[in-house]
Amino acid sequence: MAEPAPKSNPTEDRLDTLAMPQNGWADATRKAALARLREMGLPGRRDEYWKFTRPDSLVQSTAPVAALFHNEEGPLFGDLDRLKIVFVDGVFDADQSDDLTLSGVRIDRLAESADIHWASDLYGALEGNGHYVPRPLAALNTAYATDGVLIHVTDRAEKPINFIYLHENETSDAILHHVIKLDPGAEVTLLETGPAAARFNKVMEVDVADGATFHHVRAQGRDHERRAATHIFTRLGAESVFKSFTLTVNGRLTRNECVIDITGDDAVAHVAGACVGDGDFHHDDTVFVTHDALRCESRQVFKKVLRNGAVGVFQGKILVKEGAQKTDGYQISQSLLLDDDSQFLAKPELEIYADDVACSHGSTSGAIDEDALFYLRSRGVPAEIATDLLTLAFLAEAVEEIEDEVLRDALVERLQGWLERHRG
Amino acid sequence: MLNIKDLHVQLEEEDKQILKGVDLTVEAGKVHAIMGPNGSGKSTLSYVLSGRDGYEVTSGQATLDGEDLLEMEPEERAAAGLFLAFQYPVEIPGVGNMTFLRTAVNAQRKARGEDEMSAADFLKVIRERAKALKIDADMLKRPVNVGFSGGEKKRNEILQMAMLEPKMCILDETDSGLDVDAMKLVAQGVNALRNEGRGFLVITHYQRLLDHIKPDVVHIMADGKIVKTGGPELALEVENNGYADILAEVA
Repeated sequence: MAEPAPKSNPTEDRLDTLAMPQNGWADATRKAALARLREMGLPGRRDEYWKFTRPDSLVQSTAPVAALFHNEEGPLFGDLDRLKIVFVDGVFDADQSDDLTLSGVRIDRLAESADIHWASDLYGALEGNGHYVPRPLAALNTAYATDGVLIHVTDRAEKPINFIYLHENETSDAILHHVIKLDPGAEVTLLETGPAAARFNKVMEVDVADGATFHHVRAQGRDHERRAATHIFTRLGAESVFKSFTLTVNGRLTRNECVIDITGDDAVAHVAGACVGDGDFHHDDTVFVTHDALRCESRQVFKKVLRNGAVGVFQGKILVKEGAQKTDGYQISQSLLLDDDSQFLAKPELEIYADDVACSHGSTSGAIDEDALFYLRSRGVPAEIATDLLTLAFLAEAVEEIEDEVLRDALVERLQGWLERHRG
Repeated sequence: MLNIKDLHVQLEEEDKQILKGVDLTVEAGKVHAIMGPNGSGKSTLSYVLSGRDGYEVTSGQATLDGEDLLEMEPEERAAAGLFLAFQYPVEIPGVGNMTFLRTAVNAQRKARGEDEMSAADFLKVIRERAKALKIDADMLKRPVNVGFSGGEKKRNEILQMAMLEPKMCILDETDSGLDVDAMKLVAQGVNALRNEGRGFLVITHYQRLLDHIKPDVVHIMADGKIVKTGGPELALEVENNGYADILAEVA
């Protein structure tokens, strides 16, 4: 009798296609991440944490083809004075990037860092600690990331840093890993723009020391067929501030995980997102905030506009550990369903072990308010413009989480453009 | 100006006839009032004229300066010069009052093939007209009607009317929810807009609004029809004797 064929193992199948980069200082960390990954296995359809999002195309050995998409829009934040760091299909492009020097900041490339490196005890550390729930795609990233930047912010950064992710190859499969370390009192604004690759796996670890401030504004690319799994892992020291906003337009599949550990007293963490999807669009925001300090505030504000069968997912958790008194946690996730075919799946969770806290959460799905629509139309505003106005109004609570007016206006303009292109 | 002929309307969702043959003509420069008991169809008439969903016109017609209103979308009716001041103005969180008004003014201008109003001109005009209605800068900036008191909402309706400069204004129970002072302010706003080219149809339960906005013609509506038409004295008769006598008389 013949031996049964060995059962195929998706994790090993995927690993067979990857080669672990060698760069000395991170080698041990990469091997540890690989061991973590093997233990967890890549996500499958039966995993509870992937109940609403099918991971298949993020896990399979090769990236599904993603056609390049062109429209008339110029580069986002094009008029803004910023330090540009450009990646084309996940590969650093020195010609299109600015010189990597900036007052108050030290910037190194992951792929080129010297043997003994300041980031050696940070790379993979926050990711490694972030597995209250298994996040195997992040462990895979730590093990196999081919590029990325290491940013050490020692003071107030002179200007924002902009990661620009260009997508020029229909089958590119990019794995980038960034580490950002903010010293006490330091401050930086990080912008991320562009579709990045046909398939994009990105991890960003952000260590925010006491009194430091990190602002993050991201606009995920407009290519309709691209796929992305991204993770942000952050640790917040005392009196530090972390504010992250993500705008997502288009994309066949996006899973954005944000893992926030608040370890110092009086820290503030806001994470917000707005997404607009039309047709074959699946967008998943998965957030895990842990309060382990006194008097900290966290906010999660997510809004999704979905039409023509688009799907939105929100999994958001607030964990308040024993002793994390006076925690103020807030979470809201809402969807505007522009037709009956679209759907929104939400799983809000609170887990609280302290007795003196204020935590609230809410989740809603709704259609355009017909009374408001008629009111606007009765004043002469055409139905499609009225619908756009009401859609932007719906997104406003999330978009207003961006403090900087210039950045906010730039994103609102993008949203308006998208709405105009997707009318009717 | 506004011509309504034998208008029959029923609800779309159920087989219920609300308007049963309304005939009404409002001439340019005139103020017509419609009074009538609850459920007589007054508000339905205003909604049907402005194009709200949920009603089915089974027969009859309504034209504005000869144009068939019933064939038009709500925004086309507005651009053609029709304006409805709502009984219950809608709150729209997230849309600034000023943005809303400028969008509306320019959309109407565009629809009529006119040039859009510049931001500076718009600001100048709206400040002046808002001031007359005691609407401050804060109310202009806030989201449309959100957190406005009853009186503020009605004044905001009149401000919209003043900015949009319609030919034909329908006021649906604009006096409801207003105290005497607020009603006077609203009435002043309306009176300031009265001119030879503009018609008004004022829907109300009570005579008191008509003390401030003096009508040329008063109609009594009951059970989906205009049952009696007369001068301002008709409103006084209602005020003194209620509807019972009039309805008995026409029955």
